[in-house]
Amino acid sequence: MAVVTVGGAIVSLEAKELVYGAIGLAGSLFGVATLFFLLNAPYVAVFQLAVYIGAVAVLILFTVMLVRQEGWAKEVRPKSTMSVAGVIAAVAVILTLTFAVLATDLSRYTVVANTATYVDVGRLISTGYAPVLEVLALVLAASIVGALALSRVDREGDPS
Amino acid sequence: MVVSALLFGIGVYGLVTKRNAMRLLFAVELMINAANLNFVAFNQYLPYQEASNAVGQTVVLFSIALAAAEAAVILAIVIVAYRLHNDIDMSEMKTLEG
Repeated sequence: MAVVTVGGAIVSLEAKELVYGAIGLAGSLFGVATLFFLLNAPYVAVFQLAVYIGAVAVLILFTVMLVRQEGWAKEVRPKSTMSVAGVIAAVAVILTLTFAVLATDLSRYTVVANTATYVDVGRLISTGYAPVLEVLALVLAASIVGALALSRVDREGDPS
Repeated sequence: MVVSALLFGIGVYGLVTKRNAMRLLFAVELMINAANLNFVAFNQYLPYQEASNAVGQTVVLFSIALAAAEAAVILAIVIVAYRLHNDIDMSEMKTLEG
């Protein structure tokens, strides 16, 4: 599953055709969802499947196909200096994070066997984090309204 | 967690090198997913108390919803930019005037 996740990520950034990149991203997100399952978080995994695979991936594919034309495919190759800088930055970040994780003494602690169920998650959402939920609902509504207002087609003679 | 580090690194690489708006969106999504993976992974090491080790999963739920909203707005901006410029190369987007 880790291979699927990382491989999908690489495909999504390096595929020649942007549609294949979107499919690679969907594969990577699916890999993350299965990792959630393996980490004893089935509720989060199902949420990830529903939101990312169901909504975001389809939205991205839709946009890619809507916007694609002839000039689309010829993607400008980045300058080689930028490419080298990107590789160096990525390797530095990966090494730093990996050694930071390995240097901790987390392995001395045992993983809790009885992890949270969706009942615990639901209780936490509806009690302690209820204000966060409300604010998040407002943010979602605002972003949907913003997206609609942005992508509205201005017709000729429309008073706007 | 090593997978998460790899995912984040690939996201950083994409963010630095690519100039296509869609690729930048892919990179940002990868980095958000790496952070979510870390939340769930570290959540397992919390000492067990009543409902307290659902905190990581709850935060990830909120994070996923936020990422979805962000993706919707970015895609709307991409469509508008394409309609205006016939191009979504970020390095050529120097004006922010509609």
